[in-house]
Amino acid sequence: MKIIVCIKQVPNTSEVKINPETKTLIRDGVESIINPDDKNALEAALKIKDENGAKVVVVSMGPMQAKEALLEALAMGADNAYLISDRKFGGSDTWATATILAAAIEKIGDYDLIICGRQAIDGDTAQVGPEIAEFLNIPQVTYAKELELKDGTVRVKRFCESRDYEFEVKLPTLITAIKELNTARYPSVKGIFKAYESDEELVKVLTFDDLNVDETQIGIKGSPTNVHRSFVPVKEKHSEFIEGNTAMEKAKLLLTKLYENKLIQSGGAK
Amino acid sequence: MDFNFSKAQLMLKKTVADFSENVVKPRAEEIDRSGKFPKDLFLEMTKMGLTGIGTEEKYGGSGGSDIEKIIAVEEIAKYCGSTAATLSIHTIFASVIGKFGTEEQKQKYLPVVCSGGELGAFALTEPNAGSDAGSARTTAIFDEKTQEYVLNGTKCFITGGGLAKYVLVFALTSPELKTKGLSCILVERGTPGFSIGKIEDKMGLHGSETAELIFDNCRVPKDNLIGPLGKGFKIAMTALDGARIGIAAQAVGIAAGALDESVKYTKERVQFGRPISSLQGLQWYLAEMATKVECARWMTYRAASLKVSGMPYTKEAAIAKFNASKVAVEVTDKALQIHGGYGYMRDYPLERMYRDAKITEIYEGTSEIHKVVIAREVLK
Repeated sequence: MKIIVCIKQVPNTSEVKINPETKTLIRDGVESIINPDDKNALEAALKIKDENGAKVVVVSMGPMQAKEALLEALAMGADNAYLISDRKFGGSDTWATATILAAAIEKIGDYDLIICGRQAIDGDTAQVGPEIAEFLNIPQVTYAKELELKDGTVRVKRFCESRDYEFEVKLPTLITAIKELNTARYPSVKGIFKAYESDEELVKVLTFDDLNVDETQIGIKGSPTNVHRSFVPVKEKHSEFIEGNTAMEKAKLLLTKLYENKLIQSGGAK
Repeated sequence: MDFNFSKAQLMLKKTVADFSENVVKPRAEEIDRSGKFPKDLFLEMTKMGLTGIGTEEKYGGSGGSDIEKIIAVEEIAKYCGSTAATLSIHTIFASVIGKFGTEEQKQKYLPVVCSGGELGAFALTEPNAGSDAGSARTTAIFDEKTQEYVLNGTKCFITGGGLAKYVLVFALTSPELKTKGLSCILVERGTPGFSIGKIEDKMGLHGSETAELIFDNCRVPKDNLIGPLGKGFKIAMTALDGARIGIAAQAVGIAAGALDESVKYTKERVQFGRPISSLQGLQWYLAEMATKVECARWMTYRAASLKVSGMPYTKEAAIAKFNASKVAVEVTDKALQIHGGYGYMRDYPLERMYRDAKITEIYEGTSEIHKVVIAREVLK
């Protein structure tokens, strides 16, 4: 059993600073972490490893600095790590990123299960996981809140706003994890020594030349998405005082406003 | 001269800091109030391998040395002095077995306490043998017929003594030789004749259980002798030299935690129309506290680094512990003062830190005993 987990290194802040000219993230001075949903994805894989035995391979695309995220994943218990890094990959949108990651996963090969986090806190697109599955032509189940491996299939409880779905999918497949799936473990002392004190280069780097990928589909040029404008949304607060002579009158007014704004559905209150 | 942590040490520090903030901190108040040993936290520390730091992997340990040990103790002590004490004192057992045990003893006992989720304890103090540890009266007379040691006597103030799977008991195998007749004997929980007496009701450190251990014709096999016969005093002193560094780290952590709370509070608390952090009087408090914490921290790491590199460290360990415990008491006192009335209330962690800090000047050797040790080394 080989499980590939895709992780992304992200800045540890919800207030992302953006370079107004290039419209890309400014990473300097911000602590980098493994994207939280991706940690849940890794935990899911490590749990399967603990229970059924499996080889867990972590993959990340990013600059050389992303090695740190991969080392942390190794300290948590992953067996192998690949950094997908090349100048040509810079500026990739989700389409291009998924193209590259799918090619890297093909190169690593022999996978049974791919687990990604639902989405990254710096982009919030939730597209890369599903796109990888499409490029690899394998089934996918997103938003997994429960996951169980059984006789060559995975049973997944998929979270939706109004209800949950339960799926049974044949391997190989791709799952995206949400935080409800589990609580990620802390790296162990032994894991830390293994990852950070090894004489070997534990993170293998794959570049453009290592992958079978079409140059026109990657990087800024191969990205169909253009960032028109990036901004931190301004939080606005409006408050309105309900005026009226009696409590009943005020309550009626409040209800009317709530109906009008479709914040509640009309029921028997009138 | 290199004052830098390695990459692995930095990662360990960050990992334990996260664990301490997210898992230990939310429990600290409840642990203090209930006075119950948090077994679940001990098991969490076992899972992460913190309980096995300093012991080789082949004996179920996590590898690493005293440096990694005190990194973990300091980070945990920032939020919970009790849990830090548990970790720090628990590891003494493994350090004694690791240094003085036979290969067989190492294989038998180390995996159980390093990664098996069981506590180890160290029992030297007696009602009439505190600072004067050499006057211990507990006996362990060898019975030729059954090839067993027969223990009789009482040990007191033993951290984790009532919970531990194994206790290292320092007892007289040759009472007529006094200190030179003291040996280290391992007693397993549940051995007939070994019972738990009073559980102490302490000023602080409520989550670390302190017990009286009673031995009444308690028979243990000959193989439970740890190290050479009659070398118990030397073993105890060697163990305490190392243990002092752990307590110094606990004291540094408590002080650092109180400083962090004070920095946060002075920025948030507004009096006279501005945050009290803008008042120079309080800034000077913070500056003095930060200076003390920093000095205490590096003396402690210096002592640990000497120990790890195999150099003599008795003086440095004593200085580190004497100073760090004093700093813990002074800094928590000042931190409580900065918090004013809130500091005195149990809703804030300061009064707990203040109570927890005090023990560091007393256990694993009082400050006065440390001055004796330091003076002896200075006058050599």
